[in-house]
Amino acid sequence: MNTQAEHKPSSVEFSDVVEHDGGRKTMTLNMGPQHPSTHGVLRLVLELDGETVVSCEPVIGYLHTGIEKSLESKLYYKALPMTDRMDYMSPMSNNLGFCLAIEKLLDIEEAIPARAKWIRVLMAELTRINSHLVWLGTHAIDLGAMSMFLYAFRDREAILDIYEIVSGQRMMSSYFRVGGLMDDVPKSFHKSVRRILTELPKRIDEYEDLLTNNRIWQMRTIGVAKISAENAINGGLTGSSLRGSGVKYDVRKAFPYSDYDKFDFKVPVGEHGDVFSRYQVRMYEMRESLKIVQQALDGLPEGPIRAHVPGVVLPPKPDVLSKMESLIYHFKIITDGFKVPRGSVYVPIESGKGEIGFFIDSDGTNVPNRVRVRPPSFVNLSALPSMVEGSLVSDVVAAIGSLDIVLGEIDR
Amino acid sequence: MEDKLRTFLKDLFGEKILSEYTHRGQLSFYIQPQALREIAVALKNDSDLKFDFLTDITVVDHQGQAWEKDGRFEMVYIFLSLKNTFQFMLRAKLPENAATMPTLSKDWACANWLEREVWDLMGIKFEGHPELTKILTVDELVGHPLRKDFGITYEMPQFSHNSDEIEVVPDNPHH
Repeated sequence: MNTQAEHKPSSVEFSDVVEHDGGRKTMTLNMGPQHPSTHGVLRLVLELDGETVVSCEPVIGYLHTGIEKSLESKLYYKALPMTDRMDYMSPMSNNLGFCLAIEKLLDIEEAIPARAKWIRVLMAELTRINSHLVWLGTHAIDLGAMSMFLYAFRDREAILDIYEIVSGQRMMSSYFRVGGLMDDVPKSFHKSVRRILTELPKRIDEYEDLLTNNRIWQMRTIGVAKISAENAINGGLTGSSLRGSGVKYDVRKAFPYSDYDKFDFKVPVGEHGDVFSRYQVRMYEMRESLKIVQQALDGLPEGPIRAHVPGVVLPPKPDVLSKMESLIYHFKIITDGFKVPRGSVYVPIESGKGEIGFFIDSDGTNVPNRVRVRPPSFVNLSALPSMVEGSLVSDVVAAIGSLDIVLGEIDR
Repeated sequence: MEDKLRTFLKDLFGEKILSEYTHRGQLSFYIQPQALREIAVALKNDSDLKFDFLTDITVVDHQGQAWEKDGRFEMVYIFLSLKNTFQFMLRAKLPENAATMPTLSKDWACANWLEREVWDLMGIKFEGHPELTKILTVDELVGHPLRKDFGITYEMPQFSHNSDEIEVVPDNPHH
């Protein structure tokens, strides 16, 4: 076998204290990979001068499971559940991006029924709230607000209950399908969503009462880990981290997908590009998401939940039981999958973490040749060193929290 | 917008733009690999087009396909103009024996990690990159896992520290 190591290992020199010219001493500190405030297995190699960060080098890859490689070996519809497992706070957003990309390759976007699109929007927005609630809880506990963690997770439970109602699963829901949805929403769905719509706005008010004017919160966040609009664009930041710096870019508005152009919502932007601005943007976004959920629920169109594309999308179950052709198609799709014409597309969507994009290259067979996931957390994290160098160690914790990263997606 | 971009590229770079490809309404230009940086920087600095956002860098391995002879690797750069809300791709085909691209890491901060990932998983070199090292896979892993000739069916990856313990499967092309 080839034992010739053709890479230079990315190992970092370990030394506790380094003495520089002139007697100045710096200390190298490994923060993580098992540090509670690194939100997963992220390791930061910090060079410290006293309490000031001189340099910061993120080391990632501890959760690398080769998801992109695995996606290349599965039929298109069988690859879908793998996407849940990247950003496990927003399974439905990942499903949506993957399905939209395949639908674009198949050129069946026009065939998706309105009801499926609207339920997708509704679930994607609940997913954004889910993602933001986890961010709020963990970010606040990092900065010392213990109770916020418990409140945020209490509210997240209600959203996970809705996942369970529609898909049977609380986290890895895999509810969307190429061409539509797994199944229609059950009767109890409307009542549960309405309960969230009445309860959550009051709760968000409460959270803002607890944090926004809190002196400790303000001192830990205002002016901390600043990034200018120019640097944010240059660093490829997306999502709330980009909008916190005052850049108004949201994929839902810029390149509307899945009928987002039919909903009325605002895209908040921050002013200062610091941790506090990003906090304000995300809090505002939760309210806007609730507005979209309200509109989607009130105007939910009737009709089928899967497109009628024989040979690609599974036919309705009653047809399978009564019609010969439907039974054949059902059998063929389950055993052989469906073929996708040759070509490649890039489809971005706005997930809770930022712009998650799916680049899929098809060679004309029933298995993708290449699936590339543009991971928002990965790109956002690469901007961390420039945000924290020169600040205090405790601000690193605030910076990581405010970038809202998830290591499952960074490492894939 | 499409016409403006097309004229801009044709006028300034002429034969460095090899061909145009539109699939499902998405516009791409195939370019000469070595011309990437000058084209990208020109697009970034043009005050009218202003493609200042580098969304993603990725690569496709075409090994084993009929069109592999055009170049085994296909680099894909996705650019976004925030000003015009327009997205398009620059693509470049690379043969296996010259899998090298100029780096964009001096012009876009995000390119640093994106290029490291491409190098780690697919083995494309980036000339002028400040620190082209592994980013996702473990240091001991030999090879570039996303390449088509890197086996997926054999479970145990070959690590240099346990190579004595692993039974080598002879027909895996990776070994």
